[in-house]
Amino acid sequence: MLLSSVAERVYWFARYVERVENTARLILVNNHLLLDMPRASALGWEPIVSITGIAEKFYQYHKQASERNVMRFLVMDANNEGCMLQSLAGARENLRTSRAIFPRAVWETLNDLNSFAIENKAKVLTRRERYQFMQHVIDSCHLISGKLSASMSHDQIYEFVRMGRNIERADMTSRVIDVRAENLLPKHAEEMKPFSDIQWKSVLDSLAGYQMYRRYVHVRVRGDEVLRYLLQDAYFPRAINHCLDQLEQCLRNLPRNEAPQYALVRAQRLVRNAKVEKLVHGPLHDFINDVQLVLIDINSELTATYFEGKEISPAVYFNMPHQLASA
Amino acid sequence: MAISWNDYSTEGAFDELIGPSGRARAGAGKIMQYLRGLNDTDLRERREAAELAMRVMGITFTVYSDEGGIDRVWPFDIIPRIISAREWQTTDDGLQQRVQALNMFIADIYGDQRIIEDKVFPEEVLAQSVNFREQCMGVKPAFGVWAHICGSDLVRDADGTLYVLEDNLRVPSGVSYMLENRFVMKRVFPELFEDYSILPVDGYSTRLFDMLASLSPRPADFPTIVVLTPGIYNSAYFEHSYLAQQMGVELVAGSDLFVGDDDCVYMRTINGRAQVDVIYRRVDDLFLDPEVFNPESVLGVPGIMRAWRKGNVAIANAPGAGVADDKVVYAYVPQMIRYYLDQDPILQNVPTYLCVDEAQRAYVLANLDSLVVKPANESGGYGMMVGPAATKKTRSEFAELIKKDPRNYIAQPTLSLSTAPTLCDGHVEPRHIDLRPFILSADNRHVTRGGLTRVALKKGSLVVNSSQGGGSKDTWIVETGGH
Repeated sequence: MLLSSVAERVYWFARYVERVENTARLILVNNHLLLDMPRASALGWEPIVSITGIAEKFYQYHKQASERNVMRFLVMDANNEGCMLQSLAGARENLRTSRAIFPRAVWETLNDLNSFAIENKAKVLTRRERYQFMQHVIDSCHLISGKLSASMSHDQIYEFVRMGRNIERADMTSRVIDVRAENLLPKHAEEMKPFSDIQWKSVLDSLAGYQMYRRYVHVRVRGDEVLRYLLQDAYFPRAINHCLDQLEQCLRNLPRNEAPQYALVRAQRLVRNAKVEKLVHGPLHDFINDVQLVLIDINSELTATYFEGKEISPAVYFNMPHQLASA
Repeated sequence: MAISWNDYSTEGAFDELIGPSGRARAGAGKIMQYLRGLNDTDLRERREAAELAMRVMGITFTVYSDEGGIDRVWPFDIIPRIISAREWQTTDDGLQQRVQALNMFIADIYGDQRIIEDKVFPEEVLAQSVNFREQCMGVKPAFGVWAHICGSDLVRDADGTLYVLEDNLRVPSGVSYMLENRFVMKRVFPELFEDYSILPVDGYSTRLFDMLASLSPRPADFPTIVVLTPGIYNSAYFEHSYLAQQMGVELVAGSDLFVGDDDCVYMRTINGRAQVDVIYRRVDDLFLDPEVFNPESVLGVPGIMRAWRKGNVAIANAPGAGVADDKVVYAYVPQMIRYYLDQDPILQNVPTYLCVDEAQRAYVLANLDSLVVKPANESGGYGMMVGPAATKKTRSEFAELIKKDPRNYIAQPTLSLSTAPTLCDGHVEPRHIDLRPFILSADNRHVTRGGLTRVALKKGSLVVNSSQGGGSKDTWIVETGGH
């Protein structure tokens, strides 16, 4: 018997850990990119503010998206509840209240990471030390995932870990596409053309996907192909399609999955049927907006069904529509 | 040589391991000999191994600070406290007798109140009891048992007599430390367990589960049992989660439960709602149901009292059981045993002066320098005065308190708690101890084999509470053979 409250804590624990890793990755890649770009380029830290969805809040406190301001806000500013330290605290609190469920080693790694981040936060303000800091954060997050995968029973509880991780991943991928594409697509200034490639490469890098892209997509890094890869690839862990497939597998192992599965199928249709070559030259922003809305729907259905205990009629319960998912 | 028993002084108190002539008491000889054979390094290694085991197993209690709760390891002394099986049998009988009478008393109070009618127990004591819950009147829990889990504190005075100091009938804690202490000792001193015949304590979780299962209102093979905790900020959270794990039942907070339209209790699970049959609650009465008690409580479950009164769910300990957990009511336990069971008490009560009685109050006020004064309803050693150690000012303050609210105070002679050898900086010194056995009651009763021995680690201190410099020891009930 899995308590709703436990499932909810496990799910959010996984989301927070994934968010921490994603934030670290974004910062790291932007760091690299800035070194490659010409001084005149408008590109700075502003896109990162947009990607993480904190723009409104950020500009309440800061006039400029300067490197220092953005770094503080993303990593340690208590005014930003999505900052790295707050996400770590969130992960820790959720784990602390369900320690009996998780392998002890996971608790230890998360505790270590949390202390490390608090003690070393000042390092993110200098470019030289920032790299090591972010790399350590990413490695620790992987260590947590690895320990979970290798030493926790892959039962219903674990499905909530996977669901949290994958929904957060899909969300981040959609944000990265949205903001980067805004800067990269046709309206782009002429003198920036030579740098277009490295920007698309950075998109892949921020999702740890460059190497895999080269292996699977046998063309050079090109906008539409990158987009297709990140949206529709079935195997790349951060491709939205893959994340949705993972959710599908998780839901199959859970009871009362009708409503969440229904939301999931809508998301899968939207992503799989997207005409990428048209999107590239047009309504990409609106499309990504739709993707984020269906992800929110899935989250809401999971919340209502599993965390808030929405009751469904026994008739539905005994007639779980497995076939829906493969529609 | 690390440990020299010749330097060990047992003066002034009864020592549990060593008699007045310096000779080992029954059952203690082998352990004294064993410890004598350990050098400094051995001792340090054993102590460190025990500490590490505690840490690794996560045996902690929570201490509050500005940064939220901090989990601390509870100090553990590696020298066990030893009680002969022969003496323990009498104690076991005495505790069972006591808890049986206490349960009959609670049932009577919430029923016909015969004991008041027969003038054995004064009505005004009940009228002023803060733990009496009128909402429980007329309820008849299974087997007539209200206090399913009782933790009674035992102390031994200088003359060797074992006294019951108090009975904790609300949400007694500490049993997880008793279980873990034994586990640690087995890891650290396996060789001692080969030489000794020590009664095992392991069966407690199973007994607890069986006891709780027997309370289920639905005759099902697998009743749904939960442990209800106030949450991670409670100092006993470790124990709540430990017991839930050991029994293989869910650990829930109030928000995990709700009462349906059918007045049954359900928990929210990913499969939808699941009916709950038995609740082992570690939440105080007053926080249990905001509809009935404290409306501000977020720890409880609205409607749970309704479900319980209708017999749709069992709650252990039953709401209202604390009416017998009151230091004034305590004074009447010997009378209860005679009244309900027609037996003489096997275990002694500490002589208790009730300040509500004029003659007794006069005695207390005249002898404040030699008595311990305690408020009737506090636990954990709060708000009390130890006369011989108190300043003149404190004594006169307490005199005023007593005169103002006599019902709320009792006084007892200052007992010199017994001592046991305790490892302090590499050598042994006597430290004061008490003992908390746990008694389970439903269709039958079971007393733990020994219990939790708490030790005041500060020299001369009589305070054994974990929050105030107390630690614990493993408690061995040993077959001594012969005698």
